[in-house]
Amino acid sequence: MTGAAEATSVDPATSVDPVIPVIPVIPVTPVTPVAPVEGPAGTAGLSDSGGGSSRFPGRPVQEIVFPTREQYLSVVQGYRDDGFEMCIDLCGVDYLTHFNRHLPDGVPPERFEVVVNLLSLSTARRVRLRVQLPESHLEVASIFDVYPGVEAMEREAFDMFGIIFAGHPDLTRILMPEDWEGHPLRKDYGVGRVPVQFKGAPGPR
Amino acid sequence: MTDPTSNTPEDGVDGGDGVDAPALPATERGAGVPNDTTIRASAHEAESSGHPDTPHSPPISRDQYLKVGPDGEPIGLSAETFEGRQELTRRSTTDPGELRREVGAVLRLPEGVVIDPANIDVEQSDDNTMIINMGPQHPSTHGVLRLMFELDGETVLRTKPVIGYLHTGMEKTAEELTYVQGSTNVTRMDYLSPLHNELVLSLAVEALLGIELPARADWIRMLMTELNRVSSHLMWMATNGMDLGSTSMMIYGFREREMVLAFFEKTTGLRMNHNFIRPGGTAADLPDGWEDDVTIICDTVLPRTDEYDELLTGQPLFRQRTESIGRLSAEEALALSLTGPILRSTGVPWDLRRSMPYLHYDQVDFDVIVGTYGDNFDRYSVRLNEIRESIRIIRQIVEKMPAGDYRVQDKKVTPPPRARIDESMEALIHHFKVFTEGFKVPEGEVYVAIESPRGELGCYLVSDGSSKPYRMHIRGPSFVNLQALPVMMRGGLLADAVSVCSSVDPVMGEVDR
Repeated sequence: MTGAAEATSVDPATSVDPVIPVIPVIPVTPVTPVAPVEGPAGTAGLSDSGGGSSRFPGRPVQEIVFPTREQYLSVVQGYRDDGFEMCIDLCGVDYLTHFNRHLPDGVPPERFEVVVNLLSLSTARRVRLRVQLPESHLEVASIFDVYPGVEAMEREAFDMFGIIFAGHPDLTRILMPEDWEGHPLRKDYGVGRVPVQFKGAPGPR
Repeated sequence: MTDPTSNTPEDGVDGGDGVDAPALPATERGAGVPNDTTIRASAHEAESSGHPDTPHSPPISRDQYLKVGPDGEPIGLSAETFEGRQELTRRSTTDPGELRREVGAVLRLPEGVVIDPANIDVEQSDDNTMIINMGPQHPSTHGVLRLMFELDGETVLRTKPVIGYLHTGMEKTAEELTYVQGSTNVTRMDYLSPLHNELVLSLAVEALLGIELPARADWIRMLMTELNRVSSHLMWMATNGMDLGSTSMMIYGFREREMVLAFFEKTTGLRMNHNFIRPGGTAADLPDGWEDDVTIICDTVLPRTDEYDELLTGQPLFRQRTESIGRLSAEEALALSLTGPILRSTGVPWDLRRSMPYLHYDQVDFDVIVGTYGDNFDRYSVRLNEIRESIRIIRQIVEKMPAGDYRVQDKKVTPPPRARIDESMEALIHHFKVFTEGFKVPEGEVYVAIESPRGELGCYLVSDGSSKPYRMHIRGPSFVNLQALPVMMRGGLLADAVSVCSSVDPVMGEVDR
């Protein structure tokens, strides 16, 4: 395999835009209180039992919270202290072609989102955190120290979207080969197609 | 065969340097996740600190360190050193986060690295550890899983699971397929429990659509997924037996699984990758005489589980190779986000079917099986008994199966019946539209989770209002559970690595997706 020398030094900066502008540190004002926000229009009232949600009327609807990048770590820590024992899932979403999705007031939409699902075993509740991340500064704190189980999930989100999790112990590609270029689940990354001989039609790329 | 007396996880870790290694986590102990172990350990510590300590106590011997209290819990030791008071605690009291950072992280050799033999100075090397590679083509890794071990003699220090060899970009593919085609895609992820994959996607789509299914559809889904749980656990029994050298168990497990697969073939037309559970219901009704088939399966498999019990549970060789191997505490399991039989084997009674019921699991009677020690043997017993519980559920489903339709009669989602296509042009167009364009799903996002044989199988679905998912993320239980390997293998013997890996029950199709 080629590119062996580059692959040894794991530098996340090589796999994203090398000229990341340094974002000036904005003084963190006490921003909007991160109270549970009712999900956007399409999801309001949905329970996590799939279809037939009315069968479990006592089940709380899915709780969705929109912390900012700065609030994210402390909000996660807060939920950990509140008895959410497990981080069940973490993934990224690229909203490049669906930018104007429904978001509650006061949450400016950005291209990328990190979606975290927390689970409380003691109260059988779930909460979902959606963090907005602009393309120009695709970095967010790692919650590895709060939930060590997210190690692989954060690596996957880095691999697939190029989201950098600051403080992750080993932020390397997990599913794609190490010398792979690009982040496949981004919307501007082509699907790819096996070229068929004798067919003139070009692929989508 | 390994010596059973040296199999406790702590043994190997501290074997080499009884004093240095355990002193490391002492500073971190108590920080982070508070847990019972920590509390108990500090209680012992208070006792031991009451003892008069000589200013220069001799180095603590290994026997002293391995002492356990009357309740079987390790006693933490403290001693005066020239640096002041040092506290030694057992490895088991390490905060899971700290342990994870220590054992999980940076053992890695990149793919392309070729080490020049000339650069290795054998004479000068004072490194006692060795890195050894297993897989990705090893028969005991349950697919294409590559494991890298750092060994001290035969003791595993660090383990690095390297995955991605089966990555085919199914989450990307899902964005190119309509919701109708979606279940064809996801059914290939966890190929040992394909119906669970189809179920979780269907539930997510239905949640976004806001449709409610006829009761029979839900009960058919329950029947099929419970049968699938039986077949998946049987498959695990078989492969686990093979990994431990019990070829008979392998034959038996596959033999019984075959009965379930035959019923699947009769119902869905395929032995695996069924595409049977679809958004809006199921693909077909159950075949005539299904009650008899299912009853025969139950009547056969249930007594056979007693045979497995006889074959394995009491067998000394099997117990020596499973008991206290790959131990996990409940705190570690929670911190590592483990679910399913692995979590339950540590004593946490968490089963989504019971705790957050979906379909009609609140109307059937079953027990949640939990273990005590979180070792390989507990994981084996949990799975064996879950087969029995599933059969108990299946028998109730056979009794309670309601009459009615097997799919929702919503013209937007459901294609017209085959007979109507022959006589109605509109029905033909409708049929064509459903299968070419698909149906549109309202904008929104939802996370739905079900209990698959391996743990929590989740689906995070984002819709932009079109007929294709904007983003479909599958939370694969194997993917997360596999990350516990470094913690489970630490301090064990290399010979047990296969056994530990097998007890996780990873399905690489789901790990890599």
